[in-house]
Amino acid sequence: MSKTSPTLRSKRRGSAARTVAFMAPWLVGFGVFFAYPLLSTVYFSFTQYDGFGVPRFNGLDNWTWVFRDYPMFWPSVRNTLWLVLVMVTCRVVFGLGVGLLITRIRMGTGLFRTLFYLPFLAPPVAATLAFVFLLNPGTGPVNSVLGDLGLPAPGWFNDPSWSKPALTMLAVWGIGDLMVIFMAALLDVPKEQYEAAELDGASALQRFRFVTLPNISPIVMFSVVTGVIQTMQHYTQPLVAGKVASGVIGGSGQQFEPGYPDKSTLTLPQLVYNLGFQRFDYGAACVVALVLFALAMAFTALLMRRRGGILQAGE
Amino acid sequence: MTHLLDQPVKTEASGAAVSPAERTARRGALLHWIAVHALGIAAALFFVLPFVFVVLTSLMNDQQALTRDLTPDTWEWGNYVKVFETPGFLTWWRNTLLYAGLGTVLTVVSSLPVAYALAKFRFRGRKLSLMLVISMMMLPPQVVVIPMYLFWAKQLDLSGTLWPLIIPMAFGDAFSIFLLRQFLLTIPDEYLDAARVDGCGELRTLVRVVLPMARPGIAAVALFQFFYAWNDYFGPQIYASENPAAWTLSYGLESFKGAHHTDWNLTMAATVLVMAPVIVVFFFAQKAFVEGVTLTGVKG
Repeated sequence: MSKTSPTLRSKRRGSAARTVAFMAPWLVGFGVFFAYPLLSTVYFSFTQYDGFGVPRFNGLDNWTWVFRDYPMFWPSVRNTLWLVLVMVTCRVVFGLGVGLLITRIRMGTGLFRTLFYLPFLAPPVAATLAFVFLLNPGTGPVNSVLGDLGLPAPGWFNDPSWSKPALTMLAVWGIGDLMVIFMAALLDVPKEQYEAAELDGASALQRFRFVTLPNISPIVMFSVVTGVIQTMQHYTQPLVAGKVASGVIGGSGQQFEPGYPDKSTLTLPQLVYNLGFQRFDYGAACVVALVLFALAMAFTALLMRRRGGILQAGE
Repeated sequence: MTHLLDQPVKTEASGAAVSPAERTARRGALLHWIAVHALGIAAALFFVLPFVFVVLTSLMNDQQALTRDLTPDTWEWGNYVKVFETPGFLTWWRNTLLYAGLGTVLTVVSSLPVAYALAKFRFRGRKLSLMLVISMMMLPPQVVVIPMYLFWAKQLDLSGTLWPLIIPMAFGDAFSIFLLRQFLLTIPDEYLDAARVDGCGELRTLVRVVLPMARPGIAAVALFQFFYAWNDYFGPQIYASENPAAWTLSYGLESFKGAHHTDWNLTMAATVLVMAPVIVVFFFAQKAFVEGVTLTGVKG
């Protein structure tokens, strides 16, 4: 250990104070809006509490009730799994497809890019209302066209087996973010590698498999993991779609059977709302919140552990 | 990849005979060009048609909106006037602008110094801080909503207002911090050292040197934050639902449908009015926005 001169030490202390000063807004925010409520959530999950009086410790009662007896828990876990498998896959495949397409389009590239990107910007409530209207089983434009073509007209948001595909269509529509990310990645692939592959007589498919894919695989991984995290949090679209399609909507108070139709659009965040703000069972709501937390953090850890990942970038 | 349009145009008659192999290659390129652009048009239709149908329906009369017709017989521009005359609609606009506007300013002002420290200061716990920022970014808002609601509603008596959503933005937003940090990393340290040599303190360096250079990053963060507030449904649902005077457009839009259950034309007009500002803002700030999206998709 080298000796530290008093001036250097004071300078270093000064720099520590400076760091704290610059970090101050976030340090307060971290404590008040993250650490404190997270610990409270853990505490409430072991208590019975409806917002009045004091929380009463009740051990693991909330946990066993949620996992064993809460009729909406497992359906929403199953829905989330379905959405993670199908919705994330569709979004990544279509996002990559549209990214590949846009790098090959030579005429009106700017116009195409803007058109492909716009739906990503549509506010979720507005986009969901639009899709419930478009996919309205009776008179919606989609079923009108399907009917004219002599094709079967599904019940979409009103049919338990079609509501998740309808939500997937809505999610695929708003694919602009992935398109831009993939586009940037595709343009970064070194041209020489394509030329070399072409000289070796590689077909278009082989060039994609052996040149494009290895080069963009970190971005594919990134979009899969962030896609999974987003999908576990899927809230506004399924909730609004269920409310609007069921016809039970409106301002405050009106009760709505969550997950319409037949629990098929339930997701974990909706359970937190249902338990906390409709049933006023804060303890059980906190159990579901912690399940959500564990899942989100597990996938975030995956994102951070990846080599050359989010943490190392740019350093 | 050589492309059809990049090649000099040669015709059969232009002297030298074209080998059959070359002809096949050229025909292949042409077919490729046609296939790509046909696919492009098909994709464009998928992305654009929903907007088109929404706008067309918003201009129908209330009877026709309930039929299978795709285009309006009479163009009812008055639907948009009716939407604006709906009680509350202007209040929702005002509230949304307050939430989005004030929230955005607070977020940028509070997040920039934090991002600067994370990008440019060397200190113990920097990596840990960054990991915590990322964890907060990935945290679903529902995880902490019960204690937060109790805090704002029971202890500060602020439920029925948007303040529980606006005030936290004065304490740094994780996503904005992360995005700004990614941007600030691209500013070479030499500029900062030069400012320090000239005797600037860190705060002056931040304001005089970093701020002007970070403008594109700040623009991207401001846009994202503005859109986040504009689109937020969960926040207003938790804190503002009991008081219609505090509703935002995203929250009010759903109840608009409830109040006009069968008037798809008016609901679609309201939908257009909620979507339009976002799209207009995008056209004015397209570059900043796309840059921001690319920044989030960190290069591996």
